[in-house]
Amino acid sequence: MSVPLLNASGCLDALTAPEVARSLDAFVTKTITPLTREGNPPPRITETDSGMLNSIGLQGPGISGFEREHLPRLGELGVPIWVSAGGFSAADFALVCERLDEFDEVAAIELNLSCPNVEEAPESSAELVAAARAATTKPLYAKLSPAQWDIAESARAVVGAGADGLSLVNTIRGLVLEPHTLAPRLATAVGGYSGPALKPIALACVYACASAVEVPIVGMGGVRSGLDALELLAVGATAVALGTVLFGDPSAPDRVRDELTREAAARGFGDPADLHRSSVVQLEKSLHIAANTSGCTAVEDC
Amino acid sequence: MPPRNTVLQGALRRELLAVQGVERFGPYVLLRLERGPLEPGVPGQFFMLEAPGRVLPRPMSLSLAPLGELGFLFEPIGPGTGSLAALEPGVEIHVLGPLGNGFDLAVERPLLVGGGIGIAPLPYLSEQLGAPPALLGFRSDEHAAAAALVPNASVVVEPALVTELLPADPGDVLACGPEPMLHAVARLAPGAQLAWEAPMACGYGACYGCVIDLDGHYRRLCVDGPVLRAGGPTSGGGLSLDAPSGSDQRCGPT
Repeated sequence: MSVPLLNASGCLDALTAPEVARSLDAFVTKTITPLTREGNPPPRITETDSGMLNSIGLQGPGISGFEREHLPRLGELGVPIWVSAGGFSAADFALVCERLDEFDEVAAIELNLSCPNVEEAPESSAELVAAARAATTKPLYAKLSPAQWDIAESARAVVGAGADGLSLVNTIRGLVLEPHTLAPRLATAVGGYSGPALKPIALACVYACASAVEVPIVGMGGVRSGLDALELLAVGATAVALGTVLFGDPSAPDRVRDELTREAAARGFGDPADLHRSSVVQLEKSLHIAANTSGCTAVEDC
Repeated sequence: MPPRNTVLQGALRRELLAVQGVERFGPYVLLRLERGPLEPGVPGQFFMLEAPGRVLPRPMSLSLAPLGELGFLFEPIGPGTGSLAALEPGVEIHVLGPLGNGFDLAVERPLLVGGGIGIAPLPYLSEQLGAPPALLGFRSDEHAAAAALVPNASVVVEPALVTELLPADPGDVLACGPEPMLHAVARLAPGAQLAWEAPMACGYGACYGCVIDLDGHYRRLCVDGPVLRAGGPTSGGGLSLDAPSGSDQRCGPT
């Protein structure tokens, strides 16, 4: 298979845009927390010259609402479903993972250890992963923040605690002021910075982690083109997720996939996945779980 | 050069459209694009327009739909709208739409109410409803130049407010304008159809950036609105508004 393309959590709703979700190799949900959350007050988004800030604050139906209203419809999409799980303590992560463990529709769980818009859990990332690991046998991807001095150390810790892969990177905190009033543009003042400005930061994080651990890495951060995706693969990512680019261009998955193939071929790679074939095989296991639930024998057939 | 006819993804259509012209109405700009294969949709629906050089597109409700064209009225107030106002004829930009829920046109005694750049959807709405009476408010005589786009209109300029022109029995009010105006209209005309505005990154339900408080819950304006029906004042501080029937039609796998 070629390199899997996913969406970054919180950057696509498969229920309002199912055709976009189906153009991906796996759909990643918005983060699901134990309880319903209304999220942060508006204004929640603002643009900069080179990216955007968001402060959504994990608005969502909670695990019960997700199980009841979202998951059955997501299961009908015919694309593997990765659920982003979040919370405010190790017990929260364990609860969400334990509930998700019961559903065949869930191909993998991404642990949102790094939302910049809500309070952090008191436990370390490794403790949160360990709690999740004890609650599920699903593949676990740990999503890490780029805002840390030594992300490779975090990568080793979460893999040591049972993470099967890494999602790199989440947004990084930023602040934008309205130029006339000098008041913050977002209601929460600070939000998560994403878009093109994040790309060099994501590349540095993937580069650091790929040499520290031997697990699949879903690279993301500022990807707009196939060349951006290829750069993430070159530093060690085994799959690529699209975030902010989806807001402006819902056709980005097909376009980036085509561009990626061309850009890889232009550099002598018949398949962009040749850059990291062995890790791709590990990632494929996660993609196949849901594919099998929809009657397919391989993800390529879905 | 990006490919033409880039996307055909079910309900979402995104196309490269050429600029036909850019006209001034006082401080406002009317951007005229070739229509291409896009549908104009229902008045009150909106499109996401690529803003050259910017990260995010800009949401714009359709102002005019002459044969073969889509017209968008806006006020250039920032880098995105500024880049759109500076477009030259022949340049192509990506346009996604139509999106969201427009006005319910099954009305017996329509009265259009618009404030400032909120008049944007009214020219197309007026055309579809056979030029009903309209009440328009602007903050200056210069801004009021855009009233020329709406037939059969009574116009006021600040400090007079458009709501002062509302008759005691206003009929079926269809309104678009700044939030204080919409709140005032909602109080004076329960049942009015109100087109709201919010910053949007995507326009199709992906980003959760455009929420407004509806009865104490944050709802996405792009998929639940932007046109909502006023249901009278509430105690909770949020708006008591109802999405027009069928507004959830896009909220499920198809």
